[in-house]
Amino acid sequence: MTTLLITLPVVLPLLCAGVTLLGLPGRVIRVLSTLVLTAVLADAAALLVLTDTRGPQSVHVGGWPAPLGITLVADRLSALLLTVSVLVTLAVLVFAIGQGTAEKRRSAAEVFHPAYLLLVTGVSLAFLTGDLFNLFVAFEILLAASYVLITLDADGDRTRAGMTYTIISLTSSLLFLTLVGLVYAATGTVTLAQLGPRLAELPDGLRGALALLLLAVLGIKAAIVPLHFWLPDSYPTAPAPITAVFAALLTKVAVYALLRTQTLLFPRSSVWTLLACVAIATMLVGILGALAQDDINRLLSFTLVSHIGFMLFGLALFDTTGLTGTVLYIVHHIVVQAALFLAAALTVRHTSTTGLDRMARRSPPRPLVAVLFAVPALSLAGIPPFSGFVAKLTLLRAGAWQGGTAAYALAATALITSLLTLYAMSRVWTRAFMRQDPHPDRSDTPPLKKPAPDTARRPERRTDRYGARLMTTATAVMVLTSVAVAVFAGPLARVGERAAHELLDPRAYRSVVITGEDR
Amino acid sequence: MTGAVDNTVNTLDVTMAVVVGGLFTIGFHLMLQRSLMRIVLGFILLGHGTNMLLLVAGGTPGLPPVLEGRPVDPAEPADPLPQAMALTSIIITFGLTAFLMALAYRSWRLSGSDEVRDDVEDRRIDIALQRAGADEVSGPSGAPGGPGPDDGGGPGDEDDDEGGGAPDRRDDDGTAPGDHR
Repeated sequence: MTTLLITLPVVLPLLCAGVTLLGLPGRVIRVLSTLVLTAVLADAAALLVLTDTRGPQSVHVGGWPAPLGITLVADRLSALLLTVSVLVTLAVLVFAIGQGTAEKRRSAAEVFHPAYLLLVTGVSLAFLTGDLFNLFVAFEILLAASYVLITLDADGDRTRAGMTYTIISLTSSLLFLTLVGLVYAATGTVTLAQLGPRLAELPDGLRGALALLLLAVLGIKAAIVPLHFWLPDSYPTAPAPITAVFAALLTKVAVYALLRTQTLLFPRSSVWTLLACVAIATMLVGILGALAQDDINRLLSFTLVSHIGFMLFGLALFDTTGLTGTVLYIVHHIVVQAALFLAAALTVRHTSTTGLDRMARRSPPRPLVAVLFAVPALSLAGIPPFSGFVAKLTLLRAGAWQGGTAAYALAATALITSLLTLYAMSRVWTRAFMRQDPHPDRSDTPPLKKPAPDTARRPERRTDRYGARLMTTATAVMVLTSVAVAVFAGPLARVGERAAHELLDPRAYRSVVITGEDR
Repeated sequence: MTGAVDNTVNTLDVTMAVVVGGLFTIGFHLMLQRSLMRIVLGFILLGHGTNMLLLVAGGTPGLPPVLEGRPVDPAEPADPLPQAMALTSIIITFGLTAFLMALAYRSWRLSGSDEVRDDVEDRRIDIALQRAGADEVSGPSGAPGGPGPDDGGGPGDEDDDEGGGAPDRRDDDGTAPGDHR
């Protein structure tokens, strides 16, 4: 039973991706992938309950024990993130179906669904894998799917952006592979559970070099500041649902990997100053970049970079409260960022432009869209009743308890960044949703060419209305989820705290992975 | 190394170190170029270097892969795990190389040049600089080909791929609207 629960999130989307390649009719494929993701969501929720009540669970694929075979491990952290991620992918899939990006051209639809399901496979495998090499494979699966998605039906500009994205990701992947080779040469294993003690035996210099290489590799994938340039350049060019799912998941998977590897492989007892500096730089550079943007999607991408810094905040502190804050922040940010990008897509669909200055000259969208944007926007800024507040409060509390220069600097930067986020969001709000010009559409500006797939004004048909309703529903579900994250902050925080305990004390994790005499 | 630690460095180790280092150097050098084809070649070389590194990670070379007919000490045959990893990574790099080639071909067909273009931000700054330059010399033909990079659509902006017309004067809707102007 446990075996089934742990393997299903990886196997089911993979199998279904194969089935969708068989050339079934579009409607069947849409129903099939929605059903599969729903099943995986139920499975992930069950896994979360199981790991929270009984501790970490593991599966040795094919019956081979840990150091030789492939191990899948689920603990509270991975099950929690898996649940949230699959929920987001499901909502975005519904949005994509509604938008009809996928079905605009038959060839695109044929590629979209398999690639999307492979992306889910990769994300699930990354959360569940128990060794470094399979983490690399998981990243490759999800990145390969993302290369296809980002260049789907691409025009000139998107090909350029996709090229940048692909090359940067490939470079980081090869560096990751180099790291795997070096780690294996140094320790003779790639199983995460075994690596901690073995790496501790290595000389300090070698250990430090490996830790830095790991930080650089995952730093590229997570868009941590000196290595973030590719993200705001490539994400906004993709179609809206794809941008939403990338923004919600891909960087967060890398942050998860960072969290997992740092706690298991390179545990430390004090504040990690290097990561604290990087976190501060990430928060500030990201949000200042966002303030300079005029394009709504680019602005949101820069806030995404900025808020990766918050997740590093807790990891840099390296204590229970800090890690709890990080876990809560990842959960909150996955949901909120997806909701924001989806709401932005609804806005862009209405105004047919992504430029904020031009939006100010158009008539504002419906109040419902404004509300759907406002809730995650306020949540991102950390305004009290919403989910961001809970996560930020935990982080700030951790910073205050820890004390010391680095912790206080982190806390101060986090506060400034939250304020600036609020400013950036209010800029979007005033331009997009407030009517400034009494004569909207006075200037006969031609519609932009770039966001054509999203915004081309077609005659309103019944299927269009149905699609629009589906998109609004998917966005509303994400927004409601973000509200639910705030409402159930208490239980969630307790799960997060238990997950953080588990991270800092990985004995239970090790004991389920390594069963033989090699412990 | 997995088995008994031997600190002797033989010729093969040194050769492999040089080869891997060389492949990495050339690979990264090529990846830093503007031409897409060179980037693809750089990626291929880098992939080879990484695969070699994985093989070297397996320990002492020259051990038999399979031993039969008697009880075998685990340290005796060659370590299969790095070979499995190298095989997997060869497959992955092969697939992605094919994808990269297809993408480069598409980019070439769409843009007509083999070069990686500047990103949106760079082009905006470039346009702003050109405008500033044009204002200073106060001539309409201020800098037709001067400060911009000489790639395909250098002075063009995101809306207009083939930057036809004068690059220094452009109406407001033609450019990426920025409030830094």
